[in-house]
Amino acid sequence: MSDSNKILEELTQSDYKYGFVTNIENESAPKGLSEDTVRFISAKKNEPQWLLDWRLKAFRHWLTLETPTWANVTFPAIDYQDIIYYSAPKQKVTLNSLDEIDPELRATFEKLGISLDEQKRLSGVAVDAVIDSVSITTTFKVKLSELGIIFCSMSEAVHEHPELVKKYLGTVVPITDNYFTALNSAVFSDGSFCYIPKGVRCPMELSTYFRINAANTGQFERTLLIADEGSHVSYLEGCTAPMRDENQLHAAVVELISMERAEIKYSTVQNWYPGDKNGKGGIYNFVTKRGICAGDHAKISWTQVETGSAITWKYPSVILKGDYSIGEFYSVAVTNNMQQADTGTKMIHIGKNTRSRIVSKGISAGKSQNSYRGLVEVKPRAINSRNFSQCDSLLMGDQCGAHTFPYIEVGNPSSIVEHEATTSKIGEDQVFYCNQRGIDTEKAVALIVNGYCKEVLNQLPMEFAVEAQKLLAISLEGSVG
Amino acid sequence: MLSIKNLQARVEEKEILKGINLEVKAGEVHAIMGPNGSGKSTLASILAGRETYEVTGGSITFEGKDLLELSPEDRAREGVFLAFQYPVEIPGVSTINFLKTAVNAIREYRGEEAMDAVSFLKMMKEKTKVVEIDETLLKRSLNEGFSGGEKKRNEIFQMAMLEPKLAVLDETDSGLDIDALKIVANGVNKLRSKNNAVIVVTHYQRLLDYIVPDYVHVLYNGRIVKSGTKELALELEAKGYDWIKNENTAV
Repeated sequence: MSDSNKILEELTQSDYKYGFVTNIENESAPKGLSEDTVRFISAKKNEPQWLLDWRLKAFRHWLTLETPTWANVTFPAIDYQDIIYYSAPKQKVTLNSLDEIDPELRATFEKLGISLDEQKRLSGVAVDAVIDSVSITTTFKVKLSELGIIFCSMSEAVHEHPELVKKYLGTVVPITDNYFTALNSAVFSDGSFCYIPKGVRCPMELSTYFRINAANTGQFERTLLIADEGSHVSYLEGCTAPMRDENQLHAAVVELISMERAEIKYSTVQNWYPGDKNGKGGIYNFVTKRGICAGDHAKISWTQVETGSAITWKYPSVILKGDYSIGEFYSVAVTNNMQQADTGTKMIHIGKNTRSRIVSKGISAGKSQNSYRGLVEVKPRAINSRNFSQCDSLLMGDQCGAHTFPYIEVGNPSSIVEHEATTSKIGEDQVFYCNQRGIDTEKAVALIVNGYCKEVLNQLPMEFAVEAQKLLAISLEGSVG
Repeated sequence: MLSIKNLQARVEEKEILKGINLEVKAGEVHAIMGPNGSGKSTLASILAGRETYEVTGGSITFEGKDLLELSPEDRAREGVFLAFQYPVEIPGVSTINFLKTAVNAIREYRGEEAMDAVSFLKMMKEKTKVVEIDETLLKRSLNEGFSGGEKKRNEIFQMAMLEPKLAVLDETDSGLDIDALKIVANGVNKLRSKNNAVIVVTHYQRLLDYIVPDYVHVLYNGRIVKSGTKELALELEAKGYDWIKNENTAV
């Protein structure tokens, strides 16, 4: 069978192909959230006192907050006492080699198309695999450490590189930042940690793969990535979850620190379970991602392809502190059926001569609601700064919605901010034109949509781009015609 | 190859085609002429399978198959090609990528292997010469920002790539200056063979100076009212469409 045939089959037959559940023994905390839960998690991870104190501070602050309501999404109130905050697959505590991973777990990742076997990997992508609350394994660790690169789970970093964690954790996204960051800071269980030393160009893509497996469980991971002066790293993130009737909460925090002349490229293909066609189940993806260009000439580039989740609430942002620093945000957000997305970015220009670029492509189908929300803020001292924003919306059918909420604040006269926006529909004429050349409607839509998103997809690393293209087609299956 | 019998069609409540009969054999070029609103483009669209029109009677047989039963994409895969009067734009999709998808969809339908990138590019290079199209144009988004002439040339290039059995050119001459017209016509002529057929839908005779038809049909008010050889087109040019109109209102 040809490749295109296979894709077609996937297109027509699969609703959500990652919806399986793995049968692995779990060790979980009791349901509910209290100081005891926080202490339980911290004790499980054998954490130092300073981190426990940090968590407790976050928890106490969280108690004073209320769920934000400003986003253009609606959902019933979340019962935070009905969630399990810690769930870990039972396996040997320390692994001496990759061979010791529970075969069930290994199979789970194989099924997801992720090999934990270093030898079997064709291309150089180092993976940190996180299932439910803990990191299972990190590949290529030894090879990376030869260059001084630290790539490990957050729990490991807390023990092995406490000085780095303590120095940077919560500096970009403070625990008090918002409701979900306070919650995350209190109960985060694992995540990825990465440090690229001065002048090092990371020779392979670093990748974290998140998987929620257990029922009634929330996933609260934390990623901290530091690119020291003159270094360069490209980081990928992927995520999936089983199909369940209940909604599950994913409240992550990602912090990026890019020093002088360093560059971080952070790509996400978000494919959490979106719920069924009637809006039952699905992940609530309430994530805070932020990076700081701490030094001059630093660069941070976010690329995201968002196809999953029942609700997405996410604004990967860049604080452009260093002079001449650059922030970029490339986004494709697809919503179908009953999905809701409120996503965008914030570009905060503080340094002089800073530049930012926003390219957002929203695609709405079914009865979904898709909003772009973005802030471009140029502080008075950020003279000669520039921003260019482009927000396009593509509508499929007549029951979905596309919304744009751009906020622009410019504090000095020498800076230039540009905003362009378009809204379009996939035309019957375009589809018919493709049909007349022998291309069926399903493929025609995929072709047109991929063309529309090209500018963003081009930003993704090669293999991810191919993945993302297929994902777009699958997400929109059956939405035209 | 193509046999149209008593074809009737309407759009919404308006009757447009009132019984068309047409036989096209392999190797032939037929021209369909007629005044504006006579149903020329409707006929072209129905052959391609556009859903805007409702066929209310009659039949179309193509290579022994009931064409009206086939989806637009299957008609294309069976070898029916329509050069559009108004080619659409598809941003972000290059002509190369578009055609590769199309070529392989058609090959798949015929049970052939997908074409690899190398042979595809080789074929493309050959065909660009036939229709004298600039290769850089093919790397740009399909028809986006193309001039009228470039769009029409691109249609003929696609025809060259897809090698249809039956090509329907819908007002391909509209909006072309004489030089562009010659290039387009030249391309069509080079693609003519004893195995394929062409239906040229046009308002003016001038295209037929370059694509010389075997038969000319005059469509008026939803019917073919006159058929003849290429001389008919010249007569029509000399006398104007009023000649046809008067003759038919008199009856």
